[in-house]
Amino acid sequence: MDYEFHWNVVFQNMPQLLNGAFVTLHVSVLAMLLGVVIAILLAIAKMNNTKFFSQVATVWVEIARNTPALFQIYMAYFGLGAFGIHLSPYVAVLSALVFINAGYLTETFRGGFQSIPSTQYSASKSLGMTSIQSYRYIILPQMLRRIYHPMTNQFVWSILMSSLGILVGMSELSGTTQRLQSLSFRTLEFFIVAAVMYFIITKLVLFGSSLLARRLFKGEI
Amino acid sequence: MNSLFTPLSWSDSGLILTGVWNTIIISVVAIVVGTILGLIVGFLRAESNRAVNVLFGSVLDVLRSVPLIIQLILFSTFVGAMGNPLAPFVAGSIVLSLYTMAFMSEVFRSGFESVSPSMQTAARSLGMTKWQTIYHIRLPIGLRAVFPSWLGVALSVIKDSALVSVIGYMELLRTSEQLISRTQQPLEILIGVGIFYFIISYPLSHYGRYVERKMAI
Repeated sequence: MDYEFHWNVVFQNMPQLLNGAFVTLHVSVLAMLLGVVIAILLAIAKMNNTKFFSQVATVWVEIARNTPALFQIYMAYFGLGAFGIHLSPYVAVLSALVFINAGYLTETFRGGFQSIPSTQYSASKSLGMTSIQSYRYIILPQMLRRIYHPMTNQFVWSILMSSLGILVGMSELSGTTQRLQSLSFRTLEFFIVAAVMYFIITKLVLFGSSLLARRLFKGEI
Repeated sequence: MNSLFTPLSWSDSGLILTGVWNTIIISVVAIVVGTILGLIVGFLRAESNRAVNVLFGSVLDVLRSVPLIIQLILFSTFVGAMGNPLAPFVAGSIVLSLYTMAFMSEVFRSGFESVSPSMQTAARSLGMTKWQTIYHIRLPIGLRAVFPSWLGVALSVIKDSALVSVIGYMELLRTSEQLISRTQQPLEILIGVGIFYFIISYPLSHYGRYVERKMAI
């Protein structure tokens, strides 16, 4: 092995790497939040009886599920240029992640909603609950339990996939790493540190999610 | 005045077909190798004790918690720094196969664990040897149960194979990116690429969901 590791330059650039990690978290959280909102709308649209709405939702879901994430990012970054829309790398990656998150979560939400038998709704009505009460106390808590883990997975997936920003010059963790290593040629050192940082971020998110689950569901999941 | 850019023409079809072929071949290699390795690792994990499991599990965990693109860059720079650089196809196949293995092993482990111990005891009491039990009982029943999940992982590998472009492998998306920078016709090219992935992925994912529904009781 004739490669000498030089870690100094990596530690000197730590603030920039941490900043990149912050952008990674930032873009994934935003992509998740927007994705959830759109997915709720799409899930409602998909269960709607109006054919137009359910078809729009179906097309969205199928495109998001059946094409690569990198394709979506290129589409947002290069493809929209044909319409004179030029997105910054950040917005391009964000919109691609939102598009995909919404597509996957729609199916999660729909499955979660349909897994609650409609008799539960009728039963809560017969106990004298209003519509809002039966959703608030009966349907939604059970649904949340079923969609919690898929949602956590989707969030971790977003964090990992935001690394594709490297290919369009976004300055999240991978992009920053790429830029810094091209200045110093310590490719291996920089990417090892980036890999460790991704690993830590993922583990922290999973740990936080299981803590939250314990609080929310009091252990019965 | 001559334009800097030349429009898309029929002579580009050779390049596009190379990209298509390269995407298909690396996906097939990764799925086949990843499935075989995943089957072995999944079986070992279902069989072995806690200590071995924790060891296996943590290695697989790293493969699943670090972005594929970082793994690709790290591996290809690492072998380069060690003095024997690999061709993009070889390096890409190795990383993609190991990445696939990490997911496949979980799929197969849950399959093996879904075969109840009493069924194995029953097979043993019929006079089957341990290997006969594995071959005739656990493999067929366990594998059938996880077929839809296997298909899901395989499809995601086809999509993730696009990332191998980062180490210079000329798969479909990289070819299209080069064509875009020459022709400045991003929309036509990208829509074509999207349709290619969709045509492969959509029928298979529907088939997977169909099988899943059929198997559900």
